[in-house]
Amino acid sequence: MHYSPVPMHIPDGFLSLIVSIVCWAASAAIIGLAISKTNKALGEKQIPLMGVMAAFIFAAQMINFPVAGGTSGHLLGGAMAAIVLGPWAGMLVMTSVIAVQGLLFQDGGLVVMGANILNMGLVTAAVGYGLYRSASTQSTTVKPGVAGVAAWLSVMTGALLTSLELWLSGTSQLQMVIPAMLGVHALIGLGEALITVSALAFILRTRPDLLGADSESAKGSRGWVVVGALISLAVVLISPLASGDPDGLERVAINMGFIDTGLSAPYSIIPDYTLPFLGETAFSTIAAGVIGVFVVGAIMMLVGRGMKAKA
Amino acid sequence: MHFDAFDRYHEKESFIHHLDPRVKVVVTIVFIVSNALLPDGAWLAFGLAWLFLLAANALSGLGIAYTLKRSLIALPFALIAVTVLFSIPGKPVANFSIAMWDFVITDAGLLRFVSILIRSWLSVQIALLLVAATRFPDLIHALEHLRVPAILTTIIAFLYRYLFVLTDEVFRLLRARESRSASVTGKRSGGGVFWRANVAGNMAGQLFLRSYERSDRIYNAMLSRGYTGHLYTLNAHEMKPSDYFVTAFVVAIIFIVQVIGRL
Repeated sequence: MHYSPVPMHIPDGFLSLIVSIVCWAASAAIIGLAISKTNKALGEKQIPLMGVMAAFIFAAQMINFPVAGGTSGHLLGGAMAAIVLGPWAGMLVMTSVIAVQGLLFQDGGLVVMGANILNMGLVTAAVGYGLYRSASTQSTTVKPGVAGVAAWLSVMTGALLTSLELWLSGTSQLQMVIPAMLGVHALIGLGEALITVSALAFILRTRPDLLGADSESAKGSRGWVVVGALISLAVVLISPLASGDPDGLERVAINMGFIDTGLSAPYSIIPDYTLPFLGETAFSTIAAGVIGVFVVGAIMMLVGRGMKAKA
Repeated sequence: MHFDAFDRYHEKESFIHHLDPRVKVVVTIVFIVSNALLPDGAWLAFGLAWLFLLAANALSGLGIAYTLKRSLIALPFALIAVTVLFSIPGKPVANFSIAMWDFVITDAGLLRFVSILIRSWLSVQIALLLVAATRFPDLIHALEHLRVPAILTTIIAFLYRYLFVLTDEVFRLLRARESRSASVTGKRSGGGVFWRANVAGNMAGQLFLRSYERSDRIYNAMLSRGYTGHLYTLNAHEMKPSDYFVTAFVVAIIFIVQVIGRL
């Protein structure tokens, strides 16, 4: 067994059926769009390329490096796939990777696969590519740095989405799951960012044409920048709201009609949990602090790398 | 080649192995959906679902406890559901304190937590059985019949085929790193975390270039063998009457489990 599971894959049984179906619908719509876009833009040559690239993402997840205390970091690949292959092809590649992880290794469930594809394949690719694209006209030494930030944020976005789905399914409590997931993934995302930065820097050194002006990577529409920025903004706004003022998020859910579905169905979507044993903001404050430290750390480090590459 | 590192198929001549892959995929999905639909604490229904699993195990010729032995794979994720133990209001059944916090486990919370674990445990097992009794290429073929877009199934087929080749490539890279990482016992060797991450990143970049160039060669080889954008298969799948019968039978059983779960 040379395969290490990734902690963000939701197994079957942890999401309610309604949440699973909604996520499948969203994923199917985006995948459909990606298929029509790739069919239009790419020739038959792209099929073997995307297939081998999917195997590459899978295999690259096996390259790990020791971090501390027996834990190790490795690549998840959503941002990387979108950056080197272009966003739509990257999404299809990530969808295939997650499908095989679920089908073959039971790493992530089958009925909840729509949610896993959405969290780890589609949203990570959109955020990763969107932020990377915003810097593609700048110098090649800045590119990997921006890609690192994009990779980090893509992991955080996926973690936030996972938390929300678990909460909507009544599996986890919002005040706990968001700080826990975001805290862990702030670290995992750092590993992701570091590997993405070095890998892209390596590719830029050896085969700059693959990321140059004529590559798939540079052909994505400017609209992706807007998409990436909007999703990132949503993450930045929702995270503190959700962990600091969970009632606020519940109110939004009520206004949007989720709560009616939850009450009328035999399976409750929004359980009205209380938290008797913890101060309301203790956890969220700690998590916010931890995350802040890592953001600053990541940015400093990326700036440092950029300068080193220039020298 | 490290084909053994990934393949989950177990060659056997059994009733389950001979079922049409489509039937197996549909039954698996129906079973998992049924688990998701069962209300919390439907112990009898959960028990029946487990008996169904045991029967399927026995019929597969892999041994009645085959999936049981491998079923704890999703357990680490249970951590994410632990909060429901304390957060659903109900009668306290146990309490303990860690540092300054008191944790009170309620009966309603316990009920929900155990139900989530059982659902996940049952669902993982049927998925395990599916891949143990179905060849992966057959599985992909079944997905194609079930209207999964051809571009996705083709990418998945390629992913599966070249996974073994690229795994070997990764092993070569890892071996190369290993052989250059000599160290004297008791002395610190290598750089810090960032240095190590940089090495891993360079390896990933190297792997990307090798994969990219390999895909070029593969495409040329395919072209020279007459590739037009479509993949063909020699073993076409055909549904036999017995396949339809099995599907109907299983769906009926699962329906009964649902009814019992809601009594």
